Amino acid sequence: MTERARGRVRRRRGAGIGIKTEAEIAAMRRAGRVVAEVLEALNGVVGPGVETAEIDRVADELICARGAAPSFKGYNGFPASACTSVNDEVVHGLPGHRVLREGDIIGVDVGAIVDGYHADAAATYAVGAIAPPVRRLVRVTKEALFEGIAQARAGRTVRDIARAVQARAEGSGYSVVRELVGHGIGRDMHEPPQVANYEEGASDLELRAGMTLAIEPMVNEGTSDIVRDADGWTFRTRDGSLSAHWEHTVVVREGGAEIITSL
Amino acid sequence: MSKEAPIEVEGTVVETRPNAMFRVKLEAGHEVLAHVSGKIRMSYIRILPGDRVKVELSPYDLKRGRIVWRYK
Repeated sequence: MTERARGRVRRRRGAGIGIKTEAEIAAMRRAGRVVAEVLEALNGVVGPGVETAEIDRVADELICARGAAPSFKGYNGFPASACTSVNDEVVHGLPGHRVLREGDIIGVDVGAIVDGYHADAAATYAVGAIAPPVRRLVRVTKEALFEGIAQARAGRTVRDIARAVQARAEGSGYSVVRELVGHGIGRDMHEPPQVANYEEGASDLELRAGMTLAIEPMVNEGTSDIVRDADGWTFRTRDGSLSAHWEHTVVVREGGAEIITSL
Repeated sequence: MSKEAPIEVEGTVVETRPNAMFRVKLEAGHEVLAHVSGKIRMSYIRILPGDRVKVELSPYDLKRGRIVWRYK
């Protein structure tokens, strides 16, 4: 009887994790620019007395005004163009009649599609003046994002990104959310690989130039445990402690990553 | 928008179904329909009823899973 082939079969290049062509990356860059403009514009919108629905309205209008479409609206039934997550809400907060108060922090996550390609980014904003420990959480989470981005280069692994994010967050006394992860992104908003924010949850998949990832640390003041609200979307910390979230979409390159969701 | 990571659980294989699918009874008592992961197939590992296995469940459909490990 003939022997069957043993061991790993060679795979087609790019089958598995999508390697984007320069043309595809150009489209993603256009989407990224829209997202970056929205997050920048929100600096002038977020403040005490503002409703979360208003933030979503501004994001939606700006995305459409730039000729793009919102990635989130309609995704698995998500009703809005942006996620607005206040204080102990981690991510996926639904915009509504909640009014922001001085001292709050709000994480806003926005996604846009241009020419069939997605970009996804998020920022945590201060509402008015916030207390120093709160400002520290927001700052450290943003730094963790950039530590992760610094690892997003050809030859490193997804685990390297996760380790860097985790080290920065836990090194500052915070905890990293486990159940939610970053992701590849391109023609679909969520593509493989999963980009966990903690080492044990990340694979040792080697990063190659042309991969496009959304890296998004979610960092909590207290426990890493999260629970989902009855609305079926909003995640919040189990112990009610604050949570910050920052995200960028990046292109993996030889010597480093290119961030496509900044201005 | 973040994605939800899959949940890893342990269970015991209860029944074989066609096409390398198995009914697995999880520690929590629920039964799920699971398929064998490609990695396990590549190594020609056989899975039989009674085997203790680790299953990866998608948070988006908790009735289906992927068998990712067979314990000794």
